[in-house]
Amino acid sequence: MTAPASPTKVRGETILSVDNLVKHFPITQGVLFRKQTGAVKAVDGVSFELRRGETLGVVGESGCGKSTLARLLMRLETPTAGRARLEGRDLFKASGSELRRLRRNMQMVMQDPYTSLNPRMTVGDIIGEPFDIHPEAAPKGSKRRRVQELLDVVGLNPEHVNRYPHQFSGGQRQRIGIARALALRPEIIVCDEPVSALDVSIQAQVINLLEQLQDEFGLSYIFIAHDLSVVRHISDRVAVMYLGKIVEIGTEQEIYERATHPYTQALLSAVPVPDPEARADRNIIRLTGDVPSPADPPSGCRFRTRCWKAQEVCATQEPHAVLRAADPHPSACHFAEVRPA
Amino acid sequence: MSDFETVAATENQAARRGVSGEPGTPAAAQKPRSLAGDAWRDLRRNPIFWISLTLVVLVAAMAAVPSLFTANDPRDCVLSRQHAGPSGGAVFGYDFQGCDTYARAVYGARASLLVGALSALLTGAIALVVGMLAGYFGRWIDAVLSRVIDIVLGIPLLLAAIVLLKRVSTSSDNVRLFAVIFVLAVLGWTTAARVVRSSVITAKEQDYVAAARMLGAGNGRIMWRHILPNALAPAIVVLTIALGSFIAAEATLSFLGIGLKAPTISWGIDIDAGRVHMRESATPLVVPSAFLALTVLAFIMLGDAIRDAFDPKLR
Amino acid sequence: MTQPTVVPTPASPTPPGGHLLEVRDLHVEFRTREGVAKVINGVSYHLDPGESLAVLGESGSGKSVTAQAIMGILDTPPAHVRSGQILYRGRDLLTQSEEQRRQVRGKEIAMIFQDALSALNPVFPVGWQIGETLRQREGMSRADARRRAAELMDLVKIPAAAKRLGDYPHQFSGGMRQRVMIAVALALNPKVLIADEPTTALDVTVQAQIMDLLAELRRDLDMAMILITHDLGVVAGVADRIAVMYAGRIVEHADVRPLYRAPAHPYTKGLLESIPRLDVRGQALSTIKGLPPNLMRIPSGCPFHPRCPYAQQVCVDEVPHDLVLGDGRTSACHFAQEVRDDSAR
Repeated sequence: MTAPASPTKVRGETILSVDNLVKHFPITQGVLFRKQTGAVKAVDGVSFELRRGETLGVVGESGCGKSTLARLLMRLETPTAGRARLEGRDLFKASGSELRRLRRNMQMVMQDPYTSLNPRMTVGDIIGEPFDIHPEAAPKGSKRRRVQELLDVVGLNPEHVNRYPHQFSGGQRQRIGIARALALRPEIIVCDEPVSALDVSIQAQVINLLEQLQDEFGLSYIFIAHDLSVVRHISDRVAVMYLGKIVEIGTEQEIYERATHPYTQALLSAVPVPDPEARADRNIIRLTGDVPSPADPPSGCRFRTRCWKAQEVCATQEPHAVLRAADPHPSACHFAEVRPA
Repeated sequence: MSDFETVAATENQAARRGVSGEPGTPAAAQKPRSLAGDAWRDLRRNPIFWISLTLVVLVAAMAAVPSLFTANDPRDCVLSRQHAGPSGGAVFGYDFQGCDTYARAVYGARASLLVGALSALLTGAIALVVGMLAGYFGRWIDAVLSRVIDIVLGIPLLLAAIVLLKRVSTSSDNVRLFAVIFVLAVLGWTTAARVVRSSVITAKEQDYVAAARMLGAGNGRIMWRHILPNALAPAIVVLTIALGSFIAAEATLSFLGIGLKAPTISWGIDIDAGRVHMRESATPLVVPSAFLALTVLAFIMLGDAIRDAFDPKLR
Repeated sequence: MTQPTVVPTPASPTPPGGHLLEVRDLHVEFRTREGVAKVINGVSYHLDPGESLAVLGESGSGKSVTAQAIMGILDTPPAHVRSGQILYRGRDLLTQSEEQRRQVRGKEIAMIFQDALSALNPVFPVGWQIGETLRQREGMSRADARRRAAELMDLVKIPAAAKRLGDYPHQFSGGMRQRVMIAVALALNPKVLIADEPTTALDVTVQAQIMDLLAELRRDLDMAMILITHDLGVVAGVADRIAVMYAGRIVEHADVRPLYRAPAHPYTKGLLESIPRLDVRGQALSTIKGLPPNLMRIPSGCPFHPRCPYAQQVCVDEVPHDLVLGDGRTSACHFAQEVRDDSAR
């Protein structure tokens, strides 16, 4: 394993810390003279830490900002404000060769296995591209061998280097995407909905592969998904996002068994459970209405418009994600409490 | 079609990853396929493709080695044969000047094809540069270049060509030829540039471009490896069609007396000459016109066929 | 419009009066450039009034194609119905003229799709789109159609329905658009509603709302429903019966509870074991090995045999027939009994 710069590798130490990350997309009007009339607050003050070797799940509904978060971390978007420290360096200030080096340490697996691979490149070229961009990552002449090793690692036939993406099924394409992300031996892989485009029977194969690779290479994952069951299965810790903010964050058990934020509770109870008998005695919370527009989020607590606990204070005072008396993990609710089973 | 996405799957090795082969399908049964391969399979079965390709190859051969098609010299004109009927190698008889009509049409292919091909190449170069810059960098570069495209598109081709070519007073064959090529390319690149720009914009938004960026790829690499290949196919199609229309435009200019001039042999010049004496004999007009029409048609049909084959939406 | 007369076919093993809708031994193939894909290979199922049937399968299983065949909206070519019958109130839809089928479509059987945004026309207000069918098919006046459209939007619980009649599809959220689609489908009071992955594109909280709405409408309007989905979780909540499809066949057909308690086909069993469960902790995900078959080269015998842990030589040689396991339950597996006993453990 080509060692990244960090001198020590203690499992559990903080490897990435994100501090008050903000991304506002301006809404402009006018053709010739653009005037900013507002902003979509896609990510609005997100802080978390990722520890070495762990999987941090990020769940939330569409529009909650989880995908923007991924794009920010991958430097595909420029943040409006906030800092992120990776290897002790500010990820958002890095440029040039420093950024290239940081990129080697953090890669992403994308959602759509169909659009994320260039249809005009062979699998060998796709997985080999990281080595073309970072020639120092593979000694001269070893590229082809490395590509074949990677294909083997993700469970594909190494002889298929000369095939094109469309000759593979969705699950296999996702494996190609994973191989590409692994090529530079990163320590962190951001997985943005990596299995949601796949068939049920294929999902499990890819999830198992991701878990296996984590053990094998000591990877840390940021696992973004809307499927709470999948996130529970793979995550050590979980962050729940709503309208650009993390409303609750904790260990998998804290979130799934002792959630204190009403949104998390509603989200969990809405998940269809594949067991008609268990369903009957589930106490289901039905949220009404839709997620408000991130261009014009409600004042105070953003969830208050759909919340059954909302009081006067929720409209005036924004609750912060701090430790609550109900259960010792951060929850952004004035009335945080564990829901009786 | 998602029902068939899994169809082209291949077998996996690596039982240790818990993945087995695609059931019942030996890997050997599946040949590697690419988009170009698919397109080729489509084209192979398209009679229009073969007809137009044959015509194009024929005209190209005429342009390259005209003596293969006729033993007569197109410049061997004897007034006594004026409007004489077919004889010897002159299958279509003789024109007003007593030149072999067929031989002139054969020799005329070179000038026409040269103008068409070179204008298309030059057009392609301009269009790729402008389209790539506008589409890839966007913002003010796109705003400026797109307005330039609009303006050039607004200039009537023939009118501008007349104005520009009137100033070329020299009668040197080559200079006139390149003047025509230059004028056609300068006025004709806009459609191709728009096509390139829009395919660049589409390609730029693809996830695989984001993936390359996340790996640290620079603009040059992204444009060269990921965007250009996706913009090239539509550009080639537009240029094939444009090639046909450039040949027609050259003939028009020569017909109007501002394009190529005698002693250069070109279909436009001969059509003009044939027109004057149409009443006495129509053949000297009909033959070069037919050559011109067939060639233009061949290029346009070829371009159409290739476009259909490369368009995944039509599958 | 004349009510179709009920003519039960003599050979039909149906209750008196016949099933409301019955698909019999349907075979559909897609003839493409690459060859012939056998998409549906002998599918039979039936639906009685007010009943809810879930058709479960992954992409390529043929679950949507069957529904399209019922609706008569298959793209032909490449699709080609080779054989089979689709009986609605005893009359075979496949032998009817296009005009007769149009009468059935919408009025008797209606369908909603996964992607509500592309199913609605972006340039017309939703009220107009809901009313369009009423004006065209029922000859309603503009004002009446508008009033009825408002009622329908109210029925599907769109807040402030009357005020939103003039809004365009893009002004609605995903969940609200799906409600508009349901309103369009309900306009002519169909007896059967086919819902093709109605909640796949939606968020969980909205998904739950839509499933509740569909269940409620079914009860209130006494509609039969075919729910096509790949989501074992969604099915568990709303269906009476489930037909599991694989490679264009129904491999298992059972009432919901027994099927989830003890699946009797290895494919169903594999599916249930391969999904992570929200309510079960630290569960190991088992997988179904391999990939779904190429429909142009469906494996011999049982199409599932290359992926099946129970497979024996007989599975390669012989196509398994539906094995009846009592209480109307069938499984197309040579070892159905064994599989069920294993799963029950």
